[in-house]
Amino acid sequence: MLLYLLRRIFYVIPIALAVSAVCFSLVFLAPGDPLSAVLPPDATTELINKLKADYGFDQPLPVQFGRWVTRALHGDLGTSIATGRPVNSEIGRAIVNTFMLAMCACGIGFFFGLLFGIVAGYFQGRWLDKLMTSIAVTGVSMPHYWLGMVLVIIFSVLLDWLPAMGAGASGSDDWMWDWEHMKYLVLPAVTLSFIPMGIVTRTVRAIVAEILNQEFVQALYAKGMSAFGVFRHVVKNAAPTALAVMGIQLGYLLGGSILVETVFAWPGTGFLLNTAIFQRDLPLLQGTILFLALFFVLLNLIVDVAQGLFDPRIKR
Amino acid sequence: MPVQRFRTTLLALAAGLTVSFASSAFAQGTLRIGMTAADIPLTTGQPDQGGEGQRFMGYTVYDALVNWDLSSATKPSSLVPGLALSWKANDKDKTHWIFILRKGVLFHDGSEFTAEAVVWNLDKLLKKDAPQYDPKQAAQGRSRIPSITNYKVIDKYTVEIGTADPDAFVPFQLAWIPMSSPAQWEKVGKNWEAFAKTPSGTGPWKLTALTPRERAELVPNKAYWDKARVPKLDKLVLIPLPEANTRVAALRSGQVDWIEAPPPDSVESLKGAKFQIVTNAYPHNWVWHLSRAEGSPFNDIRIRQAANLAIDRKGLNQLLGGLSIPATGFVQPGSAWFGKPTENKFDPAAARKLMAEAGYSKAKPLVIKVMIPSSGSGMMQPLPMNEFLQQNLNEVGFKVDFEVMEWNALLAAWRAGSKDPLSRGVVALNYSYFIQDPFTAFTRHVQSDLVAPKGTNWGHYKDPAMDALLLKAKTTFEPEAQTKVLQQIHEKFVNEALFLDITHDVNPRAMSPKVKGFVQAKNWFQDFSPIYMQ
Repeated sequence: MLLYLLRRIFYVIPIALAVSAVCFSLVFLAPGDPLSAVLPPDATTELINKLKADYGFDQPLPVQFGRWVTRALHGDLGTSIATGRPVNSEIGRAIVNTFMLAMCACGIGFFFGLLFGIVAGYFQGRWLDKLMTSIAVTGVSMPHYWLGMVLVIIFSVLLDWLPAMGAGASGSDDWMWDWEHMKYLVLPAVTLSFIPMGIVTRTVRAIVAEILNQEFVQALYAKGMSAFGVFRHVVKNAAPTALAVMGIQLGYLLGGSILVETVFAWPGTGFLLNTAIFQRDLPLLQGTILFLALFFVLLNLIVDVAQGLFDPRIKR
Repeated sequence: MPVQRFRTTLLALAAGLTVSFASSAFAQGTLRIGMTAADIPLTTGQPDQGGEGQRFMGYTVYDALVNWDLSSATKPSSLVPGLALSWKANDKDKTHWIFILRKGVLFHDGSEFTAEAVVWNLDKLLKKDAPQYDPKQAAQGRSRIPSITNYKVIDKYTVEIGTADPDAFVPFQLAWIPMSSPAQWEKVGKNWEAFAKTPSGTGPWKLTALTPRERAELVPNKAYWDKARVPKLDKLVLIPLPEANTRVAALRSGQVDWIEAPPPDSVESLKGAKFQIVTNAYPHNWVWHLSRAEGSPFNDIRIRQAANLAIDRKGLNQLLGGLSIPATGFVQPGSAWFGKPTENKFDPAAARKLMAEAGYSKAKPLVIKVMIPSSGSGMMQPLPMNEFLQQNLNEVGFKVDFEVMEWNALLAAWRAGSKDPLSRGVVALNYSYFIQDPFTAFTRHVQSDLVAPKGTNWGHYKDPAMDALLLKAKTTFEPEAQTKVLQQIHEKFVNEALFLDITHDVNPRAMSPKVKGFVQAKNWFQDFSPIYMQ
C-alpha cells in the first residue's frame, strides 16, 4: 500500500505539469489580451505593448511558462493582474467558501442519494423504485443555472424566506455557523445537491439491486439473518462503488460551480474562475486551475485508499 | 437538566428562525447598491472597471483637480472646479497651464492637499522610476492624459502642467485623475496593496470596510471641503453582482436597494412591484463603426447614407422596451456639441434609391460582414439589436453577415484596426462609445494619425478637412468658441454619415421606493451625496 501511495503521489507531477501547460496555452490561444484585466477599453496598442513589457508578457511563451513553473514549485502562484493581490490569498479565501458550499451540497445530495438509491434498489420494479428513479433523472437533467434562479424567485422574492445572494449580510469575512449566516448557504447548496443526488441514487440503485440478486444474500436469509443484518452486508458490498462515485462528485463540487456561484454571488472558486476568464487574468486562472487539478488528484487518491479499506479484496 | 436544555435550545432556535425570516431591517440611511462589476473597483485612486469604477470608487473617495457638475438632471453636465479653483493656459505659451489649488483641503488621513500631492500623483502614473509608480494605476490613468508631458510645483497651492502641443482638452483629461494621499501611502509602508485596504482621498466618502469581490462600505466624510456635498446617508455599501438576474433578485428580495442596469425584460415587473426605474440621456452612443480602408464599400457616401436611412430607430426603441434614445446624430440629442446637422431619419425608400444609384438592390444586394459582440460593457442587447438592424438593412439592398465575437476578442480587434487580421475582413464593427469629452467623442475615432498602434481610429478614416477641424477645436481655448468648432465637427460626422448612428443608452437604474433625493445627471458618473433613505 505504501508503494502504491508513493507511486500515485509521484504521478501528480506530470499531471500538474500537463494541466498547467494546457491551461497556459489555451488562455494565450484564445483571442483577447492577457492585459484585459488592467487596461481601459480605449488603451492604444502602443500603451499595451509598454505594459506587456512591464508584466513580462513580451517574453516568448516557453520562457513565461518556465518562470511561472519555477515560482509555482516554490509555492508562489503569482499575483492577480486585475487586483494586484497574491493568487495564493485569492484562492485561499475562495476555496474556504467553496468548501463550505460543496460539503453542504454533498451532505444533502449524498444523504438523499443514498436513501433514494437504497429504497429504489430494495423495491426494484415497484412504484417506489419508479418514483425514486424519476427524482434521480430529474436531478441530473435539471440545469443548475435555471434551478437556482427558480429557487431564488420562489424562496427569496415571493416568500422572502431566504436571501437571494451573497455569503452573509456583511460578506464572508465574519462567517459564523449560526442561522443568520447559514441561511445564505441553503439555496446554493440545495441547487448544487441535485446532480450528485441524482447520480448517487442511480448508482446505488443499480448496485443494491445487483447485490440483492446475488446468491450470498439468499444464503444469508436462509441462515436466518435478520433483514437489518442482510442490509449491513449489502451496504458493505455497495460501499466501494458508491464511494468512488461520491468522491468524484465531491471533487467536482470542490472545484466550484461557476454557474451556481455566479447566480448566487457566492464568493468561491467558481465565481473567481468566472471573473478570471472574462478578465483574461492569466496568473489567477493558471493558479486556480492548477490548485483545483491537484486537489482533484489528491481526492481521488483518498477515495482509492478508502475503497481498499472498505473492501479488503481491492489490493493496491 | 437535559430536557430543560433541549427545550431552551428549541425555543432559541424557533426565536432565531422567526427573527431571520422577517425582512432584514437596516439602520436608517444605509444604501446598498448592486453593481454590474464582478469585483470592487480598485480603491487606490485610479479605479479600474471603466465608467462604473470611476463612478463608485473614483469620485466617491477621491476628487480630481477638475470635477464634473453632477447636480442637474436636465442640463448637460460640464466641468467645474474640483481640487483646483481655477486653471488657465499661459497666453503666450499655450503648452503651459497654471492650476490654482483649493486651500485647506484635507485628505481623509488628515494631511493637507497641496501642489506636491498633484506632482506626486502624476508621477504615480507617468514616472516609472518614482517609488510610488504603480503599473496598475498607470495602465488606467496614462491613456487618459495623453497630452501631459511635464509638471511642476510653482508654490504650495499652484501647479504648472505642460503639454507637448497646445491642447485645450487638458481639463477634460485631468477630470480622470483622482488624487491619492502621499502621506497615507508613506504611512502604510509605501505599499499600494496596503493602501488599497485603507485608502485616503479628499472625496465626500471614506472607505471603512473592504471584502474583496464581496462588498465595500463607505461612510460620509464630514470634513469634506464642499459643505453642500457632504453625504446625507449614514453608509453606502457597494456589492458586485455581475449576473443581471441575480441583481434583480437581490433588489426584489430586499437585499439591496439599488441596482445598476436592470435587464430590459425585468423593467415592467419592477415597475409593477413599485420599484423606481430611473433613466436619463448621457454621453453614450451605440453605433457601427465603418471601415474606410481601401476596398470598403463604406467609402461610398451613398452607401453610408443609405445605411443610416434604412434604420428604424423608433422600432428598435420598442424592442428595447423604451430604454433607449433613437440617434438623430452621433452625439445624443441635447448635447452642447450637437449643432445643426441633417438629422438621421428612417426612410427606406430613399435608402433603396441611394443603393440603386450605387448599383445594389434587394435582388442584387451588397454583402457586408460586420463584427458584433455577444455582450459587453455598454453594449445593451447586442444580439437582438443587431439582428433587428440586419433585417432593416436587408430590406434596402444589403445582405448583412455577422462575425460574432466574445467581448475581449472584439476589443482586441477594435484596438488593432480594420486592416488588421484580427478584424477578420469586416467592414463595420459594432461598438458603444463613451463620448463625454471632445477627445473621446470625436478625435480618437477620426484623426488620421490615430490609427493603430497609436490610437483607435479603427476605420482608418483620413480627411485633411476633418484633421484641420480637430486641430482647431484642440487649440481653441475659449469655451464658447471651442463649442462652436465641436458643433461643426459633429455636423460633418452626421452629414457625411461617418458612422451608422443607431441609438443611445439611458443608463437605467432600478431602486427601492425608499431611495430619495437622487438626481441622475446626464453623465457617466453620479453624485451620491444628496441621497437619503426614507
